[in-house]
Amino acid sequence: MRLLRTLMAAATALAVTAFAAPSFAADDPGPAAYAKALNGKRVMLVPLAMGFDLAQGWAHYLKKEVEAWGGTFETRDPNWVVDAGAQAITDAIASDTRPDVLIIHAPDLNSYSKLMKKAQAAGTYVLLVDNPANFPADAFVGSDWDKLGQLEAEAAIKGCGENSSKKIGLVQGDQANSSSLYQYAGIMKVLEKHPDFQVVAKPDSNWDATTSRNVTTTMLQQHPDICSIIDFWDGDATGASAAIRDAKLDGKVFLVTTGGGEKAADCDKLNDGTYGAVVMTDLARQSGDMNAIIKFLLQSGQPAGTSHTYIYTLEKATTKADLKPDSCWDLKALQAEAAAK
Amino acid sequence: MNAIGWPNWRRLNQEGIVFAIAVLLFAAAALGLPGFLTADNLVAIVRSVSVLGILALGMALVIIGRGIDLSAVAIMAMSVAWYLQLLNTGTSDGLAFAYVLAGVLAIGLLNGFLVAYADVPAIFVTLATGSFVFGYVRSQLITQDAVPVPQGHWVELLGGVRFLDIPVEVFVFAGLAFLVFLFLRYTKWGRFIYFAGDNPVAARNIGIPVRPMLVLRYALSAVVALIAGLLTAASLHSINTRVVNSTLLYDIVLVAVIGGIGLSGGRGGVRNVLVGAALIGILLNAMTIIDIPLLYQNLIKAAILLGAIIVDGIINPRDEQTAQQGDI
Repeated sequence: MRLLRTLMAAATALAVTAFAAPSFAADDPGPAAYAKALNGKRVMLVPLAMGFDLAQGWAHYLKKEVEAWGGTFETRDPNWVVDAGAQAITDAIASDTRPDVLIIHAPDLNSYSKLMKKAQAAGTYVLLVDNPANFPADAFVGSDWDKLGQLEAEAAIKGCGENSSKKIGLVQGDQANSSSLYQYAGIMKVLEKHPDFQVVAKPDSNWDATTSRNVTTTMLQQHPDICSIIDFWDGDATGASAAIRDAKLDGKVFLVTTGGGEKAADCDKLNDGTYGAVVMTDLARQSGDMNAIIKFLLQSGQPAGTSHTYIYTLEKATTKADLKPDSCWDLKALQAEAAAK
Repeated sequence: MNAIGWPNWRRLNQEGIVFAIAVLLFAAAALGLPGFLTADNLVAIVRSVSVLGILALGMALVIIGRGIDLSAVAIMAMSVAWYLQLLNTGTSDGLAFAYVLAGVLAIGLLNGFLVAYADVPAIFVTLATGSFVFGYVRSQLITQDAVPVPQGHWVELLGGVRFLDIPVEVFVFAGLAFLVFLFLRYTKWGRFIYFAGDNPVAARNIGIPVRPMLVLRYALSAVVALIAGLLTAASLHSINTRVVNSTLLYDIVLVAVIGGIGLSGGRGGVRNVLVGAALIGILLNAMTIIDIPLLYQNLIKAAILLGAIIVDGIINPRDEQTAQQGDI
């Protein structure tokens, strides 16, 4: 009798174990830990301005993902004013709804360093996007501008060809923004290896299309045999292209620039021959990188400011010859998608 | 005093000093810089200051009447951005232009009304309307900082118009300068602007319609800004509203004031704008040819302007009248 009871108990235990086994598999600790770490967390993006393609693209992809895991996504629009950006960051740190992750698009190397330190001290992870700064952020996601400059210079050399004047003109951004300074350094690195190529002029546009047009006009008058111009941003390269058009040098001057890979800003202009080559950032992938590092940081449990990761986006110089239907992303389509919701 | 007549060569004033500096710079650049004294480069100089000069003409009208229009750049960029946005979203050209023209006139009239009838100082009124125009258009009417000109639209074609290889904005600048000159010198209301600017109370007492004239000047300034914006878009095939944050507004005031149009009103004319624009144009062009970095360009520009003002202060010390009236 006792033996029977023991046997039955053993059988029951076995049965329970056997039936319970599948439910162990369903109890993947992942989703629960993921939800616990991420749910209700706040992410804030403070770009240079919300009115241009890069910022609008980032915001679109970040918002989609952050809201999907139950977080809150917000943006602030300093509209290119450094002070307004500083105010937005200060307010964010001090507010009751302090963001858990702050994504900052720095206007220059130093302006926001102190504020970012404050944010980290308050417990907010700080991500730098696109523009590096003199600050050990939790992560930097964006272009390696030096490398990007090298790609531009290589594209310009290729665009000029061996039998050209080998004269290159630069239209820099300014002398404060890291993207401009590092881009210049990268271009010069490549040109040092090609001593037969020379930079004949390197004015600044101050990121303004009209200034870019005026300085390019002067540059082309002084050196009508320039074979390639590198303008440091597609936002003002429309000015350089207007100067080339006005000088009736279309097709003779190979215009290289860089941008966020937006369809109207980059691919359409490669297609109609305005730009010879554009070093484009894969914006969807860059946003994906940000999403991944945000999820990692929020789950890591490490205090803000512990680790410093650099995630450089893969860059590529695209010309008309290697344009594909998916080379660019379409801001209008994203806006239509957002409007439809 | 020879406020609106021919230059008084016996007495060197600010206009004369700036003109002399411009001539000296021109001579030095022509001798020292290869490629400066070519027809193409001279056209480029005039062209580079055409839009600035057009805006300064509008500003001069307002300043001579003892006012200031700080909303000019916002009106210039935002009206054209709205116009292009309307076109890009399928509004018919005539209707879009009618909307924008009405909007521009409304802001100009509002500026004038608040200054003339509500007696709010011009500097505050136009600062506020400028911010309002920028904020409203940027947030409600357009989606992007930069708005492209639709392919094949007349604005795009306008940018390609050349006579004798000279871009269209040079002719528009010259034409507008001539019109403003005629207005200021040969029309009754033009002459009255000097009286109103010099002494508004006395002008009113002798029966000049000071207030309606004020409203007219701000409306004119707004329309001039729209023209400048259209020319900018014509050349670049897009308009970028970022320009509202740039130093363009100060450059406009600078061109007018450095040329010798006193901020206290009642003085100066088209010639002063041309002299101011010439100095800025020659300076920027020469510095670009020498390939001076932007930081130093700003420094040099500021130093020359400061120098001109100091020399003017020494040669023409403040008199009883300016002391009572005050500058801005």
